[in-house]
Amino acid sequence: MELIVFVLASAMMLIGAFGVITRRNPVHAALSLVLTLFGVAVHFVALEAYFLAAVQIIVYAGAIVVLFLFVIMLLGVDKAEDLHTEPLVAQRWLAGVAGLGLLGLLVIAVSRGVEMLTTRAEGLATSTEGASGDANIQQLARSVFGDYVVAFELTSILLVVAVVGTVMLARRRVPGES
Amino acid sequence: MLALDPLLEGGLLWTPLLIVLLKVVVVFVIGLVATMLMVWFERKVIAGMQNRIGPNKAGPFGLLQTLADGIKLFFKEDLIPRRSDRFVFALAPFLALVPAFLAFSIIPLGGDFRDGNDGIVTWFGVETRVQLADPHIGVLFALAISSIAVYGIMLAGWSSGSKYPLLGSVRASAQMVSYEAALGLSLASVILVSGTLSTSGIVGTQTTLTNWNVAATGIVPFIIFLIAATAELNRPPFDLVEAEQELVGGFNTEYSSIRFALFFLAEFMNTVTMSALVVTLFFGGPQPPSYGGVTLDIPLIPNGLEGTIWLLAKVVVFLYIYVWFRASLPRLRYDQLMDFGWKVLIPASLGWFILLAAQRLARNEDWNIFATTAIAVAVLGVCYVLMQAAFAVSNKTREREGAQF
Repeated sequence: MELIVFVLASAMMLIGAFGVITRRNPVHAALSLVLTLFGVAVHFVALEAYFLAAVQIIVYAGAIVVLFLFVIMLLGVDKAEDLHTEPLVAQRWLAGVAGLGLLGLLVIAVSRGVEMLTTRAEGLATSTEGASGDANIQQLARSVFGDYVVAFELTSILLVVAVVGTVMLARRRVPGES
Repeated sequence: MLALDPLLEGGLLWTPLLIVLLKVVVVFVIGLVATMLMVWFERKVIAGMQNRIGPNKAGPFGLLQTLADGIKLFFKEDLIPRRSDRFVFALAPFLALVPAFLAFSIIPLGGDFRDGNDGIVTWFGVETRVQLADPHIGVLFALAISSIAVYGIMLAGWSSGSKYPLLGSVRASAQMVSYEAALGLSLASVILVSGTLSTSGIVGTQTTLTNWNVAATGIVPFIIFLIAATAELNRPPFDLVEAEQELVGGFNTEYSSIRFALFFLAEFMNTVTMSALVVTLFFGGPQPPSYGGVTLDIPLIPNGLEGTIWLLAKVVVFLYIYVWFRASLPRLRYDQLMDFGWKVLIPASLGWFILLAAQRLARNEDWNIFATTAIAVAVLGVCYVLMQAAFAVSNKTREREGAQF
């Protein structure tokens, strides 16, 4: 049963990911991205991380991709882009190299980590078996607002700074008036 | 590890499976019938408020008018504009319809929550709840579904390949994403007070009138939730998405026949679902009104069934309120809509949530609750002054730079 879900969700993710880079229409690419994000949410549910699945849908599918689509619609770039002009020289080669590098790193990390994941499994020892549906969230809250609270707050400050910075940079000043 | 599939635990049990199937069918039928009646109800009530008669020809009191309209829509010609994106154009109505039905599945539709019962009923020897699904994430599911619902409207507008629908869908996406934040934050107050995410758990904590979340959270989250929900539903006065006077018809201008009917169905279905959600979260769902040990009990009817009657009565009140909004409030201007969402609703719901959290912490840690509340109010007051100062500065800068909006 788990295997079937895993295969289906992974297929969903891969088809979506493939769609993101092959579809010429930006809206279609964004929709493919939604498919991928849903696949990730299904994986989370299969791993009994229900809260993460919900957040995945609410934040990524519900807010971020909607924002992408909003920008695409607002700027009217919904025509197929001409792929023959390269604004940055050799960016495709560099992207290919970076992609291969990332793949290599992931393969190494997983193959190194497989022993940790299957044998020691310290992080996975806390089971939600038999607990109520809220146990999941309580564990998450304890680590986010307890163990890693400083990192969490720093991240939120970083995000606020990024937002304020974007507003300041994107603001258009009318020349001639001070 | 069969956690994925509780039905298969200990062999295949046919009774639970059949009960789930039965529930699916019942919820689906309830959804469709409720939508049909809601359309009739809205037309009839609005007619009453405007001193008209309303639909009165098809069936008794015009009850079958919606059915007649639906059948008519089925037989109309289905047009697909030449400049449209055919696949997305065909997909969009379903993206609007499916979330509308899914969200209904987590509403507790009845059951006995009194005297410490947790709403579990026994059907054919199997213990179950009178709701289609009780997922671990509970109300977050509703939030996730409502954030998916924006896709239907957005893609409908974009794929039509025409200006007015596109304007409608750009408005829709901005509006729905903005008000979802306020919706989520006021929902957080409910979750904080109830201490659980599950909808049946939230109903279970609302035993007496003073425990109903509308009182337990203070009335503010309820008001914010109601307003944000109206905006999420794109109902008047927040119906800029399909402002007929400005956008011809809004995101659904190019749709005809059954595709249009699906949008219509989704919109009214969402209204019913949202009313049921408000009742579940703030007004005790299937709980009867009860105060000081006295419970309003309907005689001769078993408690489980009585829950359904109470739920229905409360939902009808909210449906009436939505129709009332539509009949009496003028549409907001777009900048007013955005200002209201970002500068009033979101800070207000966040501030109230922090206040409730402070009180909760004071109770847990045995602090003086009045002192804690006073300090929290003072801090929030300083925040409010700072925010107003920021607004004042930004307005001044705008004026100096000659911004037009």
